[in-house]
Amino acid sequence: MKKTIPLTLIFIAGLLGVISFVIPHPSYQVYDEWIRNDLLRVLSAFAVVLALGSLLRVHFDKIKRKRKNWQFSWLLLIAFGGSAVVGLFGGVAADGVLPTAVGSFQFDIQTLYENIVIPLASSMFALLAFFMASAAYRAFRVRSMEATLLLVAAFIVMVGVLPMGYSISKHLPGFVQWILNVPNVAGQRGIVFGIALGVVATSLKIILGIERAWLGGGE
Amino acid sequence: MITILLCALVGLAPPTDIRVFDAPSDGGGVIVVEWNLSADDASIDGYDIYRSDNGIDFSKVGFIGKSRSSYSDQTEDGVVYQYKVAAVSDTLLAFSEPSTEIASEASWINVGKINIYIAMVIFGGLILYFIYHARRGKKLFIRKIAGLQAIDDAVGRATEMGKPILYTLGLGYIEDIATIASLNILGEVAKKTAQYDTKLIVPNADPIVYTVAREIVKESYTKVGRPDAYDPDSVFFLAREQMAYAAGIDGIMTRERPATNFLVGYFAAESLVLAETGAATGAIQIAGTDALAQLPFFVTACDYTLIGEELYAASAYISKRPLLLGAIKGEDWAKVIIAAALIVASVIGLLSRFPILNLFQ
Repeated sequence: MKKTIPLTLIFIAGLLGVISFVIPHPSYQVYDEWIRNDLLRVLSAFAVVLALGSLLRVHFDKIKRKRKNWQFSWLLLIAFGGSAVVGLFGGVAADGVLPTAVGSFQFDIQTLYENIVIPLASSMFALLAFFMASAAYRAFRVRSMEATLLLVAAFIVMVGVLPMGYSISKHLPGFVQWILNVPNVAGQRGIVFGIALGVVATSLKIILGIERAWLGGGE
Repeated sequence: MITILLCALVGLAPPTDIRVFDAPSDGGGVIVVEWNLSADDASIDGYDIYRSDNGIDFSKVGFIGKSRSSYSDQTEDGVVYQYKVAAVSDTLLAFSEPSTEIASEASWINVGKINIYIAMVIFGGLILYFIYHARRGKKLFIRKIAGLQAIDDAVGRATEMGKPILYTLGLGYIEDIATIASLNILGEVAKKTAQYDTKLIVPNADPIVYTVAREIVKESYTKVGRPDAYDPDSVFFLAREQMAYAAGIDGIMTRERPATNFLVGYFAAESLVLAETGAATGAIQIAGTDALAQLPFFVTACDYTLIGEELYAASAYISKRPLLLGAIKGEDWAKVIIAAALIVASVIGLLSRFPILNLFQ
């Protein structure tokens, strides 16, 4: 019973999903929209409560047990509480029950997001440049035949897309385009075929109840 | 100016033969209008499309540039319309004859995807055929996948070192197949960590994925008879924001120093941030994704990478369940058919004028 109900639900939901691909009629599409948007949103709301509960429990536990760097958990809890208060009373875009502001600084979620989250995310994103440099160094170390091929191809492409590439040989930019358009795209399409077939096979296995690892495995 | 004067003198040629039809295989509300170009097409501004629901009063519903002979109009289903098309040159208009009457309606079956239905029936049939044979005990061969073979070693290494295993599901939602495939692998990995009594850390970016992952890990521990070893806090929600999630996992990597990192699921730009940090901590890294743009980063920075379909095959490969292996065999044969179809289509396309590409669209 514990597995029959989820498997039956999955079968029905999967079948409904496939039918929506075949039937474009609005009388069915409206129903499909309802499942995808309304029903999923309700389910998501429950999941969000569980997720936030998990987040708080982990950090309360960290503080309680004085685990490594437990002080930072206070930061998270304060930010969590602060955002909740601002969101509840200031609203998303200064449309809450008590919209407040200090000068031009509105106390709403949008302002917090734009002035705290986005700059922090940008800083993290900027680190990518350094990570790319170290990854490139790792990739271009000549350790094997494949690494040598990668190094040679990357070098040709890098030189070919620069203005100096044309100075070296007028054929080099064309050759670079050929590398990008032919062997590169061929490889990518091969992967895409595999992915597309894998997606269909996995969906079929789940709908038919053959794949049950997501239920904890078992026959 | 010369053109306008000429048009005024000799008259602007209108578009002819106005054809109207209900857009096929759609949800209704669209009528397609087609026409033969005006004889003066080269010198005009474009075409105005006029519509009437009583055959007398026509009002303009759209404009389209010259050299184009088709327009899709948004309509109300069941209402009968007539159309006229006018060639426009500055202030001059040359109207066509009105079209025949037409009403849009919604289709019940999308016949435009008939080639996809055929492909799906063939593919589904192949998978079911091999599953049937697998069920009857036929031995199926599956090639070695290095990344999946390394899972046992990776878990063993963590156990020997007394360090945890970090399993990252990526940013995907529960409806992403990569996330579902990753959850399937998580179930198998969790069984091994339960058997070896190794600590497992599973941070999540999506609330629904978190709840499912928690149940999977719990069920896996119960399955191998170690429900007592399951730590409810081992699977937790970290952050929904992409870079906050990446920063959180980087923090776990540097604080906890996991012996093994699994980066399996859907990843975006944070893939390299995670993989490089993991490489710097000296962990064995097994990655897998179907995000094409992230594959080079994983191949570069991780010890093993599951590329595309290998990710979906992982659950079958690890569990060795014949039914799942049957599905993979079906996939392989489908690829053989696709490759053969591509070769045949290429040869036909090169040697004849037959519009072979239309069959695949």
